[in-house]
Amino acid sequence: MSEQEYVPKSKAGKWFNDRLPLLSLASHLTDYPTPKNLNYWWTFGGILTFCLLTQIITGIVLAMHYVAHADLAFASVEHIMRDVNYGWLIRYIHSNGASMFFLAVYIHIFRSLFYGSYKSPREIIWIIGLMIYLLMMAAAFMGYVLPWGQMSFWGATVITNLFSAIPLIGDSITTWLWGAYSVDNPTLTRFFSLHYLIPFLILGLVVLHIWALHVPGNNNPVGIDIKKPSKDTVPFHPYITIKDAFALLLFMIIFAGFVFFAPNVLGHSDNYIQANPMVTPAHIVPEWYLLPFYAILRSVPDKLGGVILMFGAIFILFVLPWLDTSKVRSAVFRPIYRQFFWILVIDVLVLGYVGAMPAEGIYLVLARVGTIYYFLHFIVVLPVVGYLEKTEPVPLSISDPVLSGSADYSMAKKDNEKI
Amino acid sequence: MKKFKLFFCILLSLTIFNTLKSAEQIDPIKVDWSFKGLLGKFDRASLQRGYQVYNEVCASCHSMQYLSYRNLGEPGGPEFSEEEVKAIAAGFEVTDGPDAQGEMFTRPGRPSDKFVSPYPNVNAAAAANGGAYPPDMSVLVKARKGGANYIYSVLVGYEDPPPGVTLDEGVYYNKYMIGNKIKMPNNLSDGLIEYADGTEATVDQMAKDVTTFLSWAAEPELESRHKTGVKVILYLVLLSILVFLSMKKIWSRVNPEI
Repeated sequence: MSEQEYVPKSKAGKWFNDRLPLLSLASHLTDYPTPKNLNYWWTFGGILTFCLLTQIITGIVLAMHYVAHADLAFASVEHIMRDVNYGWLIRYIHSNGASMFFLAVYIHIFRSLFYGSYKSPREIIWIIGLMIYLLMMAAAFMGYVLPWGQMSFWGATVITNLFSAIPLIGDSITTWLWGAYSVDNPTLTRFFSLHYLIPFLILGLVVLHIWALHVPGNNNPVGIDIKKPSKDTVPFHPYITIKDAFALLLFMIIFAGFVFFAPNVLGHSDNYIQANPMVTPAHIVPEWYLLPFYAILRSVPDKLGGVILMFGAIFILFVLPWLDTSKVRSAVFRPIYRQFFWILVIDVLVLGYVGAMPAEGIYLVLARVGTIYYFLHFIVVLPVVGYLEKTEPVPLSISDPVLSGSADYSMAKKDNEKI
Repeated sequence: MKKFKLFFCILLSLTIFNTLKSAEQIDPIKVDWSFKGLLGKFDRASLQRGYQVYNEVCASCHSMQYLSYRNLGEPGGPEFSEEEVKAIAAGFEVTDGPDAQGEMFTRPGRPSDKFVSPYPNVNAAAAANGGAYPPDMSVLVKARKGGANYIYSVLVGYEDPPPGVTLDEGVYYNKYMIGNKIKMPNNLSDGLIEYADGTEATVDQMAKDVTTFLSWAAEPELESRHKTGVKVILYLVLLSILVFLSMKKIWSRVNPEI
């Protein structure tokens, strides 16, 4: 990526770098030309990396004290909270860290939707990102089962039972997942094993995500291709690192607010009751970050249909780069899409809200309307708006103002190619 | 920015909608607990009285299996003196063993022992209480929606059933309990116990004290959590100011407007 070949100054450095070009990589990462107009919505990549590392480090320490056994798990969590030095801090960071992770990833995803970061040539970055998101949901779900409280147990029962909706082999698959004839000790031990594995898979995908990002370079609020390096770019270090650090600190203040002053507000009180297969909680609800999908699942009267729609809601995002027909990336220059973007945000929030409510009456109606709109947005609105929308003039570069009259996007692109 | 206002309006209306809906049930009484808020601390005397209520009233049915007697002397808790903790622990018979002959034996409790449970197991506890298991109280405050307010409200919420409501044998009416039916009888009455510190043992006083004690039992780290939290956030705020100023300076080289 960097335009000039990097040569280490010291002889030893050169010797090492010729054999393993780690120093070249470091030089690439610090010099990486980044659009200078990135706003604070772009700081969530760094924040997410911080979240992942926080979860891995606190998780490793928790695993030293946790016991993955149906009879002992709940007590071992209380042991961590009471007897392990700063165990309460480590556990609260880990449990609230999951919520913070999802908060950041949702902002990151919606930023991508707003500024068209998923569009050519960044489709692979987007798809790897979605794979990370899927793994995050799997890790979070399994992690929530580990304390073996009532919501852990019944959440696991509801989610694993979804697979029984598959025709013919569904029941066998569910039994295979459980390792027993109900959610039981074998389920807990395998969830623990997978919960420890998945973060490292995510870490690997994060490397690919960043690698794929460094090929075309960052998108930016204007959404135009920029020449790199140029007057439109700044080196990643120190300009972006300091800005990311500042945003991360603000994020950590909110994070600390939850950990120290409201550590259980995002969880469910029933999870402080030990799992009891004989007593079903009045309302089984997943953690807040899975609620929109839970609402979609419950909005369909048929179980298989609900499962298909729920997974469809995620998998439709994989083809998003080909559903969006607009050539203009950033919603800043797309007056119609901009409106629909905010409607989608509200739609997802409404789905999340009704997901926490009982599936009846007005909530069920809202869930159905929300679900239908969610799919309409991707299947109908995006392709149609892309064709019909009259976009606003896109500037040729970040530094240059819009040329009067002539500067539509294709012109800008041609000009850029000429340069 | 207009979009954000819309967004917050919707969030706000959803919240209000939610509050209206849950108003159908009786909300627990809101008590101004000393341990709420950013700098909240437990009232030491109330914790000690609360332990007395637990020990003399609740402990005959409710276990607290995750607490040890030593916890009663630790900072941030009731902070009984070392001698008092030893005396409290020694007042319980603990089953230990097996000894060299393979026999189990009983001995006086030590501070390192867990609280002795009133029943050998959950089934025995349920059988002795009309089929309803008296829940373990170690994390009870965290395990109930409404937390301390809810526990306190249930303790003072017993009343005669309204006309038309019939109760089975061994079931009591409580206006704050979910479903209003509770198998625990009203165990608190004025002057039931004699507080060691001479405080008048009214039902309200005992309910508040024991709820304070249970809140500490559920969150023994609360005081040090609050203290650490204030320090951590102050540190983060100062550091963000420094980083913000550095950022301004660095970015002034390319673009004064960031």
